[in-house]
Amino acid sequence: MRADLEIIQQWIRPGSHVLDLGCGDGTLLQYLQQEKQTTGFGLEINPDHITECMGKGVPVIEQNLDTQGLSNFDDDSFDTVLMTQALQAVQRPDIVLDEMMRLGREGIVTFPNFAHWRLRWYLMWRGRMPESETLPHRWYDTPNIHLCTFKDFEALCHQKNFRIRNRTVVDGEHQDRWLSRLWPNLLGQIAIYRITRGD
Amino acid sequence: MPDSLPSDSVGLVTPQTLHFDEPLTLACGRTLKQWDLVVETYGTLNDRRSNAVLICHALSGHHHAAGYHSMDERKPGWWDACIGPGKPIDTNHFYVVSINNLGGCHGSTGPSSINPDTGEPYGPDFPVVTVRDWVDSQVVLADRLGIDCWAAVVGGSLGGMQALQWSISYPDRLRHAVVIASTPRLTAQNIAFNEVARRAITSDTDFHGGHYYKHNTLPRRGLMLARMVGHITYLSDASMGEKFGRELRDQAYQFGYDAEFQVESYLRYQGERFSETFDANTYLLMTRALDYFDPAYETDNDLVKAMAKAHCEFLVLSFSSDWRFTPARSEELVNAMIAARRRVSYAEIDAPWGHDAFLIPTPRYNAVFSAYMNRVAREVGA
Repeated sequence: MRADLEIIQQWIRPGSHVLDLGCGDGTLLQYLQQEKQTTGFGLEINPDHITECMGKGVPVIEQNLDTQGLSNFDDDSFDTVLMTQALQAVQRPDIVLDEMMRLGREGIVTFPNFAHWRLRWYLMWRGRMPESETLPHRWYDTPNIHLCTFKDFEALCHQKNFRIRNRTVVDGEHQDRWLSRLWPNLLGQIAIYRITRGD
Repeated sequence: MPDSLPSDSVGLVTPQTLHFDEPLTLACGRTLKQWDLVVETYGTLNDRRSNAVLICHALSGHHHAAGYHSMDERKPGWWDACIGPGKPIDTNHFYVVSINNLGGCHGSTGPSSINPDTGEPYGPDFPVVTVRDWVDSQVVLADRLGIDCWAAVVGGSLGGMQALQWSISYPDRLRHAVVIASTPRLTAQNIAFNEVARRAITSDTDFHGGHYYKHNTLPRRGLMLARMVGHITYLSDASMGEKFGRELRDQAYQFGYDAEFQVESYLRYQGERFSETFDANTYLLMTRALDYFDPAYETDNDLVKAMAKAHCEFLVLSFSSDWRFTPARSEELVNAMIAARRRVSYAEIDAPWGHDAFLIPTPRYNAVFSAYMNRVAREVGA
């Protein structure tokens, strides 16, 4: 079990109805179905991942967030809407967040922190777009078209009046280290946020 | 004609006719007192009777879905690409039942069968049957075969509608419904094409109001036209372009109206062949069954309410170039299932062949269909 998924599952109540945006090969949903008796769907566009989900018995819908949106889902139709490592790859992360908060009572979002010290160092020292283990692509072929920092994300949530219920900052191995708690925006590589609509 | 049978074929198969004396009350209010269904089966029913898969056919289909009737048969069954050892519907795991529906013309009771009350063919007096009626008859068949719960009911196009109807009408008698290249209801354009086909048949002077058997003739021209127009809707602009382009049969224009373009002679050939082998009254009946299909009709036109009756899990597949039942129609169905909180998986397969793509194997179609069915097999202990 990937460490970030281990953290996420702690925030899912048993029997929840869950939507996973960009569910990949369905590992998390399969785990949640088995361990938490969740219902719900994954959305995915990668054909191989869709096949893997079907093989696992994870309900998966081929749907492109960028071109098709989420208007086919009703308001408040899910307990939790998940999006792991996909926010930075969509055309309009702000609209996707709005939609997540429309569909679900709660949203869980993970993304890589572009303000991690190694990336800052890379850019400052080499003067080139940073590449790393978490961001292995080159600037021209990267699917990650909307990279942001923890501070950026939190500012957006504030602007939209979303409440950040939990934040766990982890390193590339998804370990929660005390140093990254101290300076998350500098030392954290991946953040896992739990957000709800503001009151 | 195969010299030897391919290793992934179900091999030589023999259809069997099952006779039923249980009266079947139809949607139109009439009752069939006795009726026959022709079925083919592939694979072996396991001890728990949990591995049975029902194959529902489309407009011009029948029971012969896989394998060969003899070593002289030119082509295998119509869905041989998907049924057999190692294929998506893997006969090493599943016991597959494939039927010819009531109203058909391949041995099951239909317009060309003898009406026991008159001793003559039913002809136009054969009742108009609906998808719901077919499913009701298939339930009686399942009882006869001792199958309480299908591992899956599977079909493409009109066959997919039957799978869907099963899920709504008999929610506890199937675990999975696989609905391929189908739609929750026909559009006005779909019905319009069916109407052109029906008018072509009924306006043929050899149709005789459907009593052509008595006149010892067949409405060949009408049925040929019906098939020609239907066939166009099964293909795509791109696939026809790829296959025929503007190719001529001769070198130059003949400045006449005979079949000069290859596509014209292809359509004529398909139409002619079909008009010799298919029953015109059955064609009318099948197109009407398509028109009438609308499971939401009984739930205030609310498809979500209709889908809420289902208990099974769904696989829905569409094909990118299908303009008869477009991916949008499948998505409409999927969205109703999502809203009704049914378990559903959906994929749109990229394929250039239009509606017919559901009959043609492609790597992705094969991959998703196999992955899903293999999981069904594991689930039912097949």
